[in-house]
Amino acid sequence: MKVDVAIIGGGLVGCSTALALRQKGLSVALLERGFCGAQASGTNYGGVRRQGRPTEQLPLAQRAHAVWPKLKQLIGIDGEFRRTGQLKLARNEAEMASLEAYARTAASTDLQLELIGSRALAERFPWVSRDVAFGASFSADDGQANPRLVSAGFAAAARRAGVAIFEQTPVLGVSREACGFLVEAQGKPAIRAMHLVNAAGAWAGPFADAFGEGVPLGRIYPSMIVTEPMKVFMTVNTGVEGGNVYARQVERGNCIIGGERGLARADDADFSRPTGSAVTRVMQRAVQLFPLLKGAHAIRFWSGTEGAMPDKNPVIGASRTTPDLIHAFGFSGAGFQIAPGVGEVIAELITTGETTTPIDAFSIDRFSVDAALGSGAGVFPQSLQSRGT
Amino acid sequence: MPLLYRVARQNEVPIRFMLNGRPCEGRRGDTLLSAILTVEEQLRPSDFTQEPRAGFCQMSACQDCWVTLQNGDRVRACSTPLADGMHVMTGAGETA
Amino acid sequence: MSAAAKNPAQPLIVGAGPAGIRAAATLVAAGLRPIVVDEAPACGGQIYRQPLVPDGRDARARYGSEAPKAKRLHGEFAALQDKLDYLPNSLVWNLADGIADVAMNGAHKRLVHDGLILATGAMDRILPVPGWTLPGVFSLGGSQIALKAQGCVIGSRVVFVGTGPLLYLVAWQYLKAGVKVVAVLDAAPFSARVAMVKALPGFPAIVLRGARFVAEMMMKGVAFHYGINKLRFEGTHRVEGVSFEVRGKPRHLSCDGAGFGLGLKSEAQLADLAGCRFAFNERDRVFLPETDEARRSSVPGVYLAGDGSGIAGADAAELSGERAALSLLDDRGLAVDRARVGLLERELRKIFAFRTVLEQSFPFPAHWIADLPGNTTVCRCEEIDVSTIRDAADHFGIVEMNRLKAVSRVGMGRCQGRVCGAAAAELLAAATGQPISAVGRLRGQAPVKPLPMSFAELALPAIGEAAE
Repeated sequence: MKVDVAIIGGGLVGCSTALALRQKGLSVALLERGFCGAQASGTNYGGVRRQGRPTEQLPLAQRAHAVWPKLKQLIGIDGEFRRTGQLKLARNEAEMASLEAYARTAASTDLQLELIGSRALAERFPWVSRDVAFGASFSADDGQANPRLVSAGFAAAARRAGVAIFEQTPVLGVSREACGFLVEAQGKPAIRAMHLVNAAGAWAGPFADAFGEGVPLGRIYPSMIVTEPMKVFMTVNTGVEGGNVYARQVERGNCIIGGERGLARADDADFSRPTGSAVTRVMQRAVQLFPLLKGAHAIRFWSGTEGAMPDKNPVIGASRTTPDLIHAFGFSGAGFQIAPGVGEVIAELITTGETTTPIDAFSIDRFSVDAALGSGAGVFPQSLQSRGT
Repeated sequence: MPLLYRVARQNEVPIRFMLNGRPCEGRRGDTLLSAILTVEEQLRPSDFTQEPRAGFCQMSACQDCWVTLQNGDRVRACSTPLADGMHVMTGAGETA
Repeated sequence: MSAAAKNPAQPLIVGAGPAGIRAAATLVAAGLRPIVVDEAPACGGQIYRQPLVPDGRDARARYGSEAPKAKRLHGEFAALQDKLDYLPNSLVWNLADGIADVAMNGAHKRLVHDGLILATGAMDRILPVPGWTLPGVFSLGGSQIALKAQGCVIGSRVVFVGTGPLLYLVAWQYLKAGVKVVAVLDAAPFSARVAMVKALPGFPAIVLRGARFVAEMMMKGVAFHYGINKLRFEGTHRVEGVSFEVRGKPRHLSCDGAGFGLGLKSEAQLADLAGCRFAFNERDRVFLPETDEARRSSVPGVYLAGDGSGIAGADAAELSGERAALSLLDDRGLAVDRARVGLLERELRKIFAFRTVLEQSFPFPAHWIADLPGNTTVCRCEEIDVSTIRDAADHFGIVEMNRLKAVSRVGMGRCQGRVCGAAAAELLAAATGQPISAVGRLRGQAPVKPLPMSFAELALPAIGEAAE
């Protein structure tokens, strides 16, 4: 099989890239070791927020911000995206000071934030405990969406647009040839592609390694809780400064609550599970912060496997060793909102060689010491195990 | 017409409870499910379409008989013993 | 060597039905002190379930021919009380790495254990049909529990429908309780029943008892129909009747209560959380945790007993509970009676062979799936219907169960697919033209049953409690 672009990884980044490339008329093959959207892209919390991101991510986040309201046209479903606003709570002076400092930094960007004092907080968001939270920063244009639907929706739209999607197809080896790339995948004929996109999330390490670009990619397992449906009371996506508990309520009435991390499964390290101790801590915090949750029941916990970088910024951009190779992974638990923007940026990079959105901060060679870990260009990875934490 | 009929414990000690604000009477040894369905023909509206429901498995497995007590606690009717003075609310998504 | 290794933690038994009780008795007899966690307020499981208060009926009235076994097990467990730690009204909601998370009286407890016997039992196996969510339609097991444990019956004119031995037993018990049993509707064709002849030499009492139930019910005017199709429960606010087809002819019966079940299915969620490997079971069209004859799972130190690891009934549950406990003892290096092991395994093999005959006699009507109208509710928690599932599979190109759940919400509600999982798998297999074994199974997720959000505030000190 010969295509213009081969993409490794069927998460939101891989699928949105594939869709954007097809829209520009390129032929695309996408290889996914499991099922599209079954890992971090489909199992995350579902926060669609710019607030709280490091400033270097804000231009990209702003680009993605424009995509979210257009999901229906783009992928055929709205993915339950709602621009509900995102409320970030402070539980003490230090946290409030931190929110204020962030708001000052964001003032020079497109992100509009409103600082809310104790009284206004109680009036506008009476379901937040006054005993716990006394101030907040509100981003009215941020929101939430359903990751299960958005990730599957991008995959389905890409498939309908003509992307050749191969699920349950682990990539066994990638190499640079005189002209383009050779991608060898389990049970499939070899794929030759002019461009290669490494969007393999927590599994991306070996594919960067194969081109001499070792990166300190670890794994995190964000842990989630969902309650039974309740009368809707939580009108906005809500978190706390520091991030050890966050919650949103969907229109059907279920509250989704995150915070803390799970662990890799002992029987299958590619999958993860919440731990009893972590979920009980998060439940405790959530009930204190949102007293209406007290009577409700948690009905399901889950976790997903996510690639994470030490500086919590993703790797996005062209390879420094290999022409026509692009990396986009390591979103460190904050990839959901920006992923549709990343897809556009990568499609631009491939078709024009440049992008209008600044991504220099995400360059793969920013880990100069760790780059030495690379094992040499064109060498097939011995194992698909990423160096993990 | 109720859904359940007693064939034992008819003369057991009566236990009074409130069902959606209405006084009702069950028997000592009743589960909440039995107490409700011996006086009513449904237990609760379903969560999303408000169809009538009345439990199904009676063994704590199907989770189709959750109701709310006045203090806000949610309980599974088939595995909760009836207690004197319980106030039970069966509306969808009740949270006290 | 750590303190824990020198002084191993207590073994944990989940479930106090026939399998759990026998396992506990076996461990106690060998000098161990097990922890037994059970959701019910009293031991016995569903089959030997006890009423909340004495209700004037004796064991014979409550358990019929199984009364002696029920009395023996209840008595045996009561006699063990100072030799084990029994936590009734308690839910093991998560298992991992030798720690059980337990919700008990609204509080949270973590139990360290060394050796885990899962005796989690079974529930009715269901295929959805139109109207099955109507008030007055209960599972067969639920119909029986209402009568047995609560002294309540599910109507005054009742239809029993489905297949399996429980169908006939419950109908007969209702008749004996003075209820008008309108009809017994069996999904299996009468011709399938000839398989029972094979079971006659080995299990004459059981086979003949079934025949006697049918004869007694026919004498009392109960109608019997076999090989029914296009089943539908009818009514607006509650069940008022059943319609179905027999040999292509539509029939209708009025009733004010209906018991419905198609055999039993294992409650295997905890085995999944414990990391046990599952394998597809062709006979029962379901994935089950793997176990060898010694009742060892794929995970060292985790043993599977009773119906939770494959349906075999209460007698087999006792045998496998004891066998599992003997394996636990063996793996701890304690003496085990080899002759007893051999006897247990021989008896279990006999019963398993009998179960295969029963499954041939009461086959699961997987073909019903093809006839289901699109608006039939499949997932009663999330209220997801047949069309939604088929459309989601089609729109998103779904071929696997967990992905189906992700895009359609089927199995995502309070019961986590316990009730609808089998049907959703049949639907997905049919929609994608795959064998049922290829669509996989819903991964078990904690908590196995809903947990109050507030319970974490109350952490209980307990036996072997894990430090944070």
